[in-house]
Amino acid sequence: MSSVPSLNKTQPRWLVFALLALGLALLPFLVDAGLGRSWVRLLDLALLYVMLALGLNIVVGYAGLLDLGYVAFYALGAYVYAWLASPHFGLHLPFWAILPLGAALAGLFGVLLGTPTLRLRGDYLAIVTLGFGEIVRIFMNNLNAPVNITNGPQGINLIDPVRLGSFSLSQPHTLFGFTFTGIHLTYYLFLLLTLAVIFISMRLENSRIGRAWVAIREDEIAAAATGINTRNLKLLAFAMGATFGGLAGGLFASFQGFISPESFNLMESIMILCMIVLGGMGHIPGVIFGALLLTLLPEALRYTGDLQRNLLGQIYVDPADLRMLLFGVALVVVMLYRPAGLIPSARRRQEFADAKG
Amino acid sequence: MSAPKVGNPLSGKLDAELTPLLTVSAVSKAFGGLQALSDISLQVHAGEIFGLIGPNGAGKTTLFNALTGLYSIDRGEIRLNDARLDGRPPHQVLHAGLARTFQNIRLFAEMTALENVLVGRHARTTSGVIGAVLRLPGTRREEADSCERAHALLRRVGIAQHADRLAKNLPYGDQRRLEIARALATEPSLLALDEPAAGMNKGERAALRELLLQLQADGLTLLLIEHDVKLVMGLCTRLAVLDYGVKIAEGTPDVVSCDPKVIAAYLGDEAL
Repeated sequence: MSSVPSLNKTQPRWLVFALLALGLALLPFLVDAGLGRSWVRLLDLALLYVMLALGLNIVVGYAGLLDLGYVAFYALGAYVYAWLASPHFGLHLPFWAILPLGAALAGLFGVLLGTPTLRLRGDYLAIVTLGFGEIVRIFMNNLNAPVNITNGPQGINLIDPVRLGSFSLSQPHTLFGFTFTGIHLTYYLFLLLTLAVIFISMRLENSRIGRAWVAIREDEIAAAATGINTRNLKLLAFAMGATFGGLAGGLFASFQGFISPESFNLMESIMILCMIVLGGMGHIPGVIFGALLLTLLPEALRYTGDLQRNLLGQIYVDPADLRMLLFGVALVVVMLYRPAGLIPSARRRQEFADAKG
Repeated sequence: MSAPKVGNPLSGKLDAELTPLLTVSAVSKAFGGLQALSDISLQVHAGEIFGLIGPNGAGKTTLFNALTGLYSIDRGEIRLNDARLDGRPPHQVLHAGLARTFQNIRLFAEMTALENVLVGRHARTTSGVIGAVLRLPGTRREEADSCERAHALLRRVGIAQHADRLAKNLPYGDQRRLEIARALATEPSLLALDEPAAGMNKGERAALRELLLQLQADGLTLLLIEHDVKLVMGLCTRLAVLDYGVKIAEGTPDVVSCDPKVIAAYLGDEAL
């Protein structure tokens, strides 16, 4: 029998929440002790991708607008941060001012880039947004002459880390006998913002706005005939998604300390899209899982190099090649056996089950 | 809304006493060389069930699409009460009070029946992103009100037991009912139904007829495209007949069914 669990079922599960919070708080230390410092860094990066994937999920998963140029907003957020907090222009504004500014500007660009695509759907929308993504990257690549705005392919260096007063996330701090290194502290900042993005996504999903997005995805003409201003709501989806992208971009710039157009190529957009598709489109836990999986798994595969050397005496398959190979196989397998994603939402799971049965 | 009388609220009224709700004046629409609608004029009065019939390809659905803003019209004027509808996008037409259903059911397949009706509330609610994220008191009140109304509408059309099922998994007849519930959620003054009985069996048709009569009794005005002549003749206060984009007859079912032009359109000229 087909029935979706009714909405807004909030049970007090404080114990689960408390354990989860404790686990998330201790995670960087456990990872540090177990796997090494580089994995904590990776954890930070994974959180960034969770934010990006959740942002794109609003556009693709909820509103059903296939956006292949999402990385443009990520780039924009990163460049805004770099411009306003690096020696490039000699500006060093505080992060709490730049981060929202970058996110808002990315949101504005979401509307600007969204406007000409309103009449397009499906493949055509994908092609045009792909073009926009490339245009932004190429702009960043070439805006070093006659006026040097982006420093071209060399990128912008020495970007300020997140700093509040004299408290900088780039230096270790000791608190209650624990030493928190920069990447540990970054983890907590990213975790906080990721949780905020998750919270906003969840609240939007079960709201008047979220329902209108899904209605547009399901049947745009029926949505319009049911009183939804499809133009405004599509633009709102673009803006919301772009805002999250811009936020992640700003964090990325402060985290890396260096950005160049190379970091924002088409492959990046496609990876973020894959996270959503693989995890479960339109379903927040699925999207989070997809983002974590696709950030962490490729790194884990690096170990196969050592494994091959130890077991077989030499490296037969380059781990980098293996990554792409496994990634391709994984995508095909998931599309064949779990077309709704690894953790699909109840409704999509049901849909695909119905299609089979 | 006017004329909230039970039974046939229009019987015994003179033409002059009737309030025109929808006024279509000389509307034309061409697709390339094909004149889909030529100078269509008609008036739907508040409280009546107005039927739109005609052979396949006569332009009935085109007229519906023109009325609801899905097509722009080449000439003419469409008014609902005093508001101009022509030239306005579909969501504004709906705001003005004209809701519709579709010939080939267009539900939001992956949403539950309840959510489908909740989408219908969109036009009559206002909460935005900030209200949703912060769950402001106004938003919560609005959501609770919408849910209550949606459940009531599902009960009203008789599919309350399906509230949490996906729209696409409902039986065919119930999908049609759900589409009506979704349209009703928008609080229309005129509900346009495009072949609501298509594909229904006898029992479902009888139930639909009951539902439509109830809606009329509650003061709603209905505009109905239907092929089932028996249903139309028994239900409608007045009819207009379209053929090749031209209105060839208008009047009460008795008058229309005897009109030689109508018989010719349906059975061919040789039948006369």
